[in-house]
Amino acid sequence: MRLEKCWFCSSTIYPGHGIQFVRNDAKIFRFCRSKCHKNFKMKRNPRKVKWTKAYRRLHGKDMTQDSTFEFERKRNRPERYDRNLTENTLKAIKTIDKVRSRREETHHKNRMKGKAAKERREARKEHDQQLHMVVAPGATLGSLAKDATATPAKVKVKVQHESEENRMEE
Amino acid sequence: MQSQDKFYLLVKFQNIGFKVGSPNSEFYLSQFSTVLNLLPSHIHFSIVIYSAVIAFWRKPLEMVQYNFKKITRVPTGKDFVDIVLSRTQRQTPTVVHKGYAINHIRQFYMRKVKFTQTNFHEKLSTIIEEFPRLDDIHPFYGDLLHVLYNKDHYKLALGQINTARNLIGKISKDYVKLLKYGDSLYRCKALKVAALGRMCTVTKRIGPSLAYLEQIRQHMARLPSIDPNTRTILICGYPNVGKSSFINKITRADVDVQPYAFTTKSLFVGHTDYKYLRYQVIDTPGILDRPFEDRNIIEMCSITALAHLRAAVLFFLDISGSCGYTIAQQAALFHSIKSLFMNKTLIIVCNKTDLQSLDGISEDYKKLVADMKSEAMKTLVGQGGEPRDGAEVLLTMSTLTEDGVIAPRDQKERPPCIPQVVLEAKAKEAEKEKRKLEKDLEEENGGAGVYSASLKKHHLLENDEWKEDNMPEILDGHNVYDFVDPDILQRLEELEKEEGLLQENEEDDVEMDVDDLTPEERKALAEIRKKKSILIQEHRIKKSTAESRPIVPRKFDKDKKFTSKRMGRQLLSLGLDPSKAIERVRSKSRGRKREGLLIIRTLMVVMIWMWMIMMVRTRR
Repeated sequence: MRLEKCWFCSSTIYPGHGIQFVRNDAKIFRFCRSKCHKNFKMKRNPRKVKWTKAYRRLHGKDMTQDSTFEFERKRNRPERYDRNLTENTLKAIKTIDKVRSRREETHHKNRMKGKAAKERREARKEHDQQLHMVVAPGATLGSLAKDATATPAKVKVKVQHESEENRMEE
Repeated sequence: MQSQDKFYLLVKFQNIGFKVGSPNSEFYLSQFSTVLNLLPSHIHFSIVIYSAVIAFWRKPLEMVQYNFKKITRVPTGKDFVDIVLSRTQRQTPTVVHKGYAINHIRQFYMRKVKFTQTNFHEKLSTIIEEFPRLDDIHPFYGDLLHVLYNKDHYKLALGQINTARNLIGKISKDYVKLLKYGDSLYRCKALKVAALGRMCTVTKRIGPSLAYLEQIRQHMARLPSIDPNTRTILICGYPNVGKSSFINKITRADVDVQPYAFTTKSLFVGHTDYKYLRYQVIDTPGILDRPFEDRNIIEMCSITALAHLRAAVLFFLDISGSCGYTIAQQAALFHSIKSLFMNKTLIIVCNKTDLQSLDGISEDYKKLVADMKSEAMKTLVGQGGEPRDGAEVLLTMSTLTEDGVIAPRDQKERPPCIPQVVLEAKAKEAEKEKRKLEKDLEEENGGAGVYSASLKKHHLLENDEWKEDNMPEILDGHNVYDFVDPDILQRLEELEKEEGLLQENEEDDVEMDVDDLTPEERKALAEIRKKKSILIQEHRIKKSTAESRPIVPRKFDKDKKFTSKRMGRQLLSLGLDPSKAIERVRSKSRGRKREGLLIIRTLMVVMIWMWMIMMVRTRR
């Protein structure tokens, strides 16, 4: 009994699922479900189909190189059975899984790092530019109006000489 | 007497089996029979049967009768190719699609290749077999064919056809082997095309040989059917002496008789009857007195006939000399070919005596003729057909002992020899105990359905307790066998170290941005977004309804979307004072109507005033 990988989406194929296609040049294609099989028959390239693992790896959405991948390798030479070794292997599989999932999380976090800052910037921009949809520029009423608390009385300002001099300097 | 009978049986075989074979076979069989007769009688019968079998087995080889008139036509190279290929096309299935199972496609094309090869083989084999092998036929025919068409050339042509046949066989074998592994319809088809193409090239290359053989066949069919083994009379002599006229008179043959020499260019056959027996009379072309090497093909024909046929020879002499040659010349010729007359009855025929009688010739000529006559007379001795009794003396049974060749030499015992080691081994085997088999174990524990043998019983493991362990193959979506590694613990340690380091180095990036929105701003932003989404939704509705159903334009708004109250509310929500706007709107809308009325009223009032004033004025 062996768990295989789907040729199209790279998910594991459990026994009793999927279809295996053998081509005339003796290359075997395994599919986990008819969705992948039909996509294959349509001659679609899994590297271009967004939801497949091949696409995700190619475009850097998922982790590609890691030392945890080295542990899982198809071995063609069978090892002589050793109970201790088997026990250790089974425990190791669990820890390796944990490590790998943690590393994938960090990878995802790193990928999403700049997102919060970007979002804030966009929000600020939107607020500043689209405020007129909610508050008219010359608004006086309402809680959001800027001039709501402005003083209605006019204030007389004395024009002084210094200001004229300043103007001339400008 | 018994032996005599058996010998008679053999003789009968001789007569039946080898009537029209080569003279060699008779010789061999006579030898064979001498050897047979040396053996004692009790083995004789079985040997006879055996020899009968052999004789009949050899029979087909010796009995191949070549009928030169019945050779099948040899097609030209191109025609050959056409015939075979069209046959293949007609007699094999023609339909194949690329969707068929690959084995089906392969078989389809393999069949075509094999069929073509078989056809070529068949047709080439018929050619090779039907054309006579020059060594197997009567030497007369062999030599005649050699004289007419060069023996070497002929053999070469047939040899080429044979090689072509073999080549085609090889091509077919190779391509069938390749076709067994053809991937796709295109590849199988290409292989088949290549195979057939090569076969056709081979056939085209032997085209000239085929043309040559066709010509030979046509000529051979016209050769006179001379039976070399019956009573024959051969007529020879100088050209123009009257040979053909003679044969015309005796037989029903119709040979050309003309005054020029070499009218007869080949052998002609006629048949006569004498005393209820049929004789064949063979007319030959004239022979000139030349050295052997200088003779041309026509003369060689007659020489061949003279050499090989056992016949009575009539040597024609032209007494009158009207053929153009004197008696002396003719006598010279006679003496030069005298050797050919060995073992044949010779008769000198003096022809054209109506022109010049035999007595009237000169003395020298008469002497020459007498010489020739005496030669002829010599050959007649011993030809009377006396029976030859006991000429080839064979050893008969009475001359041999009862035991014959297989008598025991002495009285010594000679048992079979078995080496000592083998005897010891045999003894040991008998002693060895039978060990307990798995089958016995199974039967003890309840039989086939109840007991299942433990296959892991003889596994070599470090600890024998582990023998019956069931190892899991799958865990959490992984194959366990992929992870099994003798130094997995060490690698795991390294991995955990690495992991620890990575975790330390992780920076806690809590990005505190100063430029964050205040809660009021956030509220405003939320409202902005809400308004935007409403706009988008409305637009979508408008867009879809415009496409799906035609809109009847409305003169007045049914939904009351364009009321001033509404406008007032919206302006308020934006924070503006709506009162002025509403007033303006109202005034404008009423204004138009009121204005018109007002103008008319004022006009009317003015007119009434003016009229009243006028009235007053006129009254005064």
